[in-house]
This record gives sequence, C-alpha cells and structure tokens, in this order.
Amino acid sequence: MSPIITATQLVKQYPGVRAVDGIDLAIPKGICFGLLGPNGAGKTTTIEMLEGIQMPTGGTVLYKGAPLGKRYREEVGIQFQHTALQEFLTVRETLELFERLYERTLPIPEIIGLCSLADILERDTRKISGGQRQRLLLALALINDPELIFLDEPTTGLDPQARRNFWELVKLVKSRNKTIVLTTHYMEEAYALCDEIAIMDKGRIVSQGTPMQLLSDHFGDVVLQIPNADAGSKLTEPGFNAVQAGDLLEIRTNRLHHTLQLLIENGVNLDRLRIRAWTLEDLFINVTGKKHTP
Amino acid sequence: MRKFLAVLHARNMEFLRDRSALVWNLAMPFMLVFGLAFTFSGGSKDIYKIGIVGGIEKLHSVAPALQSTQHLQFIPYDELNAAIGKVKHHQMDMLIDVGGAPKYWVNSSSPNGYLLERIIRGVEGDRFERQVVEGAEIRYVDWFLPGILGMNMMFACLFGVGFVIVRYRKNGFLKRLKATPLGAFQFLFAQLVSRLLLIMVITTIVYTGCNFFIDFNMQGSYWTLLLVTTLGAMCMISIGMLIAAHTASEELAGGMLNVVTWPMMLLSGAWFSLEGAQIWVQKLALIFPLTHMVSAARAIMNEGATLSQVMPHVWVLGITSVIFIAIGAYVFKWE
Repeated sequence: MSPIITATQLVKQYPGVRAVDGIDLAIPKGICFGLLGPNGAGKTTTIEMLEGIQMPTGGTVLYKGAPLGKRYREEVGIQFQHTALQEFLTVRETLELFERLYERTLPIPEIIGLCSLADILERDTRKISGGQRQRLLLALALINDPELIFLDEPTTGLDPQARRNFWELVKLVKSRNKTIVLTTHYMEEAYALCDEIAIMDKGRIVSQGTPMQLLSDHFGDVVLQIPNADAGSKLTEPGFNAVQAGDLLEIRTNRLHHTLQLLIENGVNLDRLRIRAWTLEDLFINVTGKKHTP
Repeated sequence: MRKFLAVLHARNMEFLRDRSALVWNLAMPFMLVFGLAFTFSGGSKDIYKIGIVGGIEKLHSVAPALQSTQHLQFIPYDELNAAIGKVKHHQMDMLIDVGGAPKYWVNSSSPNGYLLERIIRGVEGDRFERQVVEGAEIRYVDWFLPGILGMNMMFACLFGVGFVIVRYRKNGFLKRLKATPLGAFQFLFAQLVSRLLLIMVITTIVYTGCNFFIDFNMQGSYWTLLLVTTLGAMCMISIGMLIAAHTASEELAGGMLNVVTWPMMLLSGAWFSLEGAQIWVQKLALIFPLTHMVSAARAIMNEGATLSQVMPHVWVLGITSVIFIAIGAYVFKWE
C-alpha cells in the first residue's frame, strides 16, 4: 500500500538538544500508526513536524508524495496533546467555529453523532468532563473530513472507562478508511488500536513493525508461572532456569511442550499454572531500557 | 505553610528567570519617576496664561515690566485667529500682539482676564490697545470629555487585544488555530474588527448616556468625530496587536503595554493641557496616537473644527494604523 505520509531523515535540533535525530517513516494509507516512547523521546516533536506545526531542522516530510503545502491544512485533522478552546462558547458553537475555518466539512449532525456529543451540545466547553472534552477535540479534528488524522496522547488523564470509550471512537473513525497517527503512553492502547508501531528513544526509532511481529522478534519464548507452594524443590535446580518472582516461580522457555513434560515428570502440580505472553510493555522496557510510566 | 513557601519560591524563580519581564518591571518605574521629574521640573507655579503673538522675544522691549511680573506664563502663538479662539473659549486668559502696535485681547466674561487687564494697566500704563472678545467658557467637563473617552478607549484597545492574544498563545488556542487553514492576517483582522466594534459601541453608549445629563458642547460634526475616534481606536488596537505579536509572557506583554500607556496617559493632553509644557515635550507627545485623537476630538467638539482642519491628525492615525497592522501580521507567531 502506498504511503500517505513519509518522513526522510527528519531532524529537529534545539540549542543543546537534538530532539529528533534522523527519523525515517512511511505510513501506509488506512492504518493506525502508533508512535511510542518514554517521556522526552521526541514523539511530540516528531508528530508536530509531520503535522507541519514545527519546521524540521533537517529532512523532508511528504504528504501523498508532495511537500506539505497550503492544501495540507485542509486535508489533515489534528488533536494536540495540550490545547485550549475559545472560552465562553458552547460545544455546538465551538463546532460551528471550526467548521467555518475549512472549505470542505462533514455535516455537523454527522460529527455530533459520530463523536456522541448530542447530550452536551449546549454546554459551555469549560464545563464538560475530560472524556467529553477529548471527544469534542476529536470532533474538531474530524470536522474537515480529513484523510490523515494526528492524535497526540488523546487519552492521557482519562479514566479507564472513558479511555475505552475513546478507543471505540477511534476504531469507528479508522473503519471509515482514515489514516491515524497516534502517540500514546499506554501500551494497552497501542496494542488495541495500532496496526503498526514505532518505538522511539532519544530521538530515534529503535523498533518498528506490527505489534505481533515485534513481540515475536524480541521474545521467542514464553513464561510459565507456578505458585511457590506447587513448585516443589526440584524446580530451583539449574536445569529449569527458574527465577523467583514474589509468590511465583517463573520459567522462561522456548520449548513449551518439552518443559511441560518435564514438569509433569517431576510431579509438579499444574492446576494453577499460568502461561504469560509477552506484552508491548515488556517490549518497551526491552528496547528502551526504561520502565514504562504512564 | 510548607506548601505556601514552595509555591512562593517557585513563583519567585519563575519571575526572576523571565529576564525580559524582569527588565521591564525594573525599568518602568525608573523611567516614570525620572521622566515625570524631568518633564514637570523647574519654575514656579504660574497663575495666569498669556498668549503672545509676534515673537515672545519682542515682549521684553515692548512690555518689560509685564514680562518681569511673577506668576504669569507667556505662551507663544503663530496664528492670531487660533489664539483669539483660545481667549474666546477661556482656554487662555489674555492674548497680547507685540508684532505691530501693542494690543491685547480679553474675554469680557473672564475673571482672570479682568485681573490681568488691571495688572497690565498698572505696570505698563495705557500703551496697549484693548480688544474685547465674547464667548462662553468651555466647561472643564467639555474640555475633559475627549480625554476621558480617549483614555478609556486606549486601555480597552491596548490591554483588551494585547492580553487576550498573549493568553491565547499561552494556553495553546493559537496553536490549535494554526492547525487550521486560518491565516495570521485573518485572525488579527478579526480581533481588530471585533474590538473596534465593541469599543465604538461602548464609547457611543457612554457619550450618549452622559450627554443626556450633562449636555456636552458639540460645535462640529458627529461624523467627523466618529471618523477620528474610529481611526484612533484602530491605531491603538494595532499597537496592542503589535506588542502581542510575538510573546507568550503575560508579564512581558503587561510591561510593554504599560510602557506605551503611561506616557500616553501623561503626555497626550488627556488629563491636562500641554500648552505650558516645554517644546520638546509637546513634540514628543505628537508620536502618541492618543494625542492626535484627543486633540482632533477637542477641536471638533469645542471649536467646531471641520474634517479638513483635523486632516493632519486623521492622516497620522490612519497611516500609523496600517503600518502597525502590517508589521504585527508579519511578525505574528502562533506559538
């Protein structure tokens, strides 16, 4: 699939800091692309250069094969990490304000339905909840019916229920064949929404691919977890490669069938055995060397 | 207490590290204190104002005793008719023409004029030909009104636009707008028109409401007055936009707005006439749009000046507005 947006050797240099250090990206049309990374990794700077909000110090960004021009603003939708709205306006008035800034727009009733804003239309934008506010900001990003949508940490600060509601909304938008570029702190969110992810650290992309592909590339094994009480003394012997993890004994193995047979042969009670699959969180720690802190 | 001190310390550090705001906050009081001391220093308090036509240096040979009399302020005038108009409206107590045969003009209904007449006869005899003008006194409120309205417009325009733009930039609203196809000039022009409409409506309401009770003097055309005040407001809004074009610091913007408003407030003639001030002060005052707006409005309201008579002020206000808006749009930053 041809990329809708590409970045080549993208660099952003601030005095004394190289925030983005030679990034190459090619984001195919119609996917949800996740940009992950620890705080200060350069995610927001990268996404803002792709949005055309910040000028790169070096490198190029191409939208549909051409440099970002005047039409770009008409064709993309952006939801910033931090933003404010005109004060003393209702949700409806805010939608109308932004609708008037674009040449081509979706009908406002369609946006209201899509983003579930009907109940808060006449509310002052300063008096809506965090989840409602994020839905409104997404509605503003969608108001020009963009092909490409940038969402910069859209669920940060939302409670788990509001976050999951927002995910459903993003899935709905994606189902309309939109391309979404998403930065997030939540690995679970990236796993739920993204077709492809890139993990950034220190201004560079350190790992990129589909979530499943990255997990299988980085982790060829699984972890068996057995309560200490069920394990017996034999499991602590060197051959099992087991490590203590609180109340559990964890065994990493890339030969699951063989290891299970071995456990049975040694009389280990497997009733409470759990097999833990590796997650993006593990991948994150693995490639950045940092504990993930949402 | 611990929390209070932590917040206090953080705020102090923020202030101290914002060098530009710090400089403004320090420099501004100094400039005001020194500026005012220098401008209004020297000389005793004069009681009577006497206009001199024909060269103030000739006064010494024509009326040496009068010139050496204390507490008289002599103000040179080039235009005889304009100076007579001042006596007519009680804005000057006496006018003396020393260009030819010595003459003086007094207003028959002016108490100060009466006393000055007694003084000039006492010290100079009957060498001066007496000319009498008639005319009602322009009440202080009539003189003061254009200044008050002008000041109100100045604050509303400068701070109303300047601070709002800085706040928009600081809270990220301008960045959100940057992500849309909206252009900088469109945004700024909308701000200008919005504020202009608002301030003109408010000023009209204030004027009309006060006029109902006070019955202001209005010798000229309301349309000319509307043109002058609209251009004056536009000019001051454009200054506010220029100041707010680049900064995201409310303290820096506040300092810069103060450095513009305070001299205008003191030197534009809004509070008191600059006729007795030093020449350089009067010339300096001409750089301020408020000076032009207030002078033109006073001329229209109190002296019945026509559009052609206030045209120099109209040109200054119009041209400076265009220049400030153009520069503001050019240097405007969304973030």
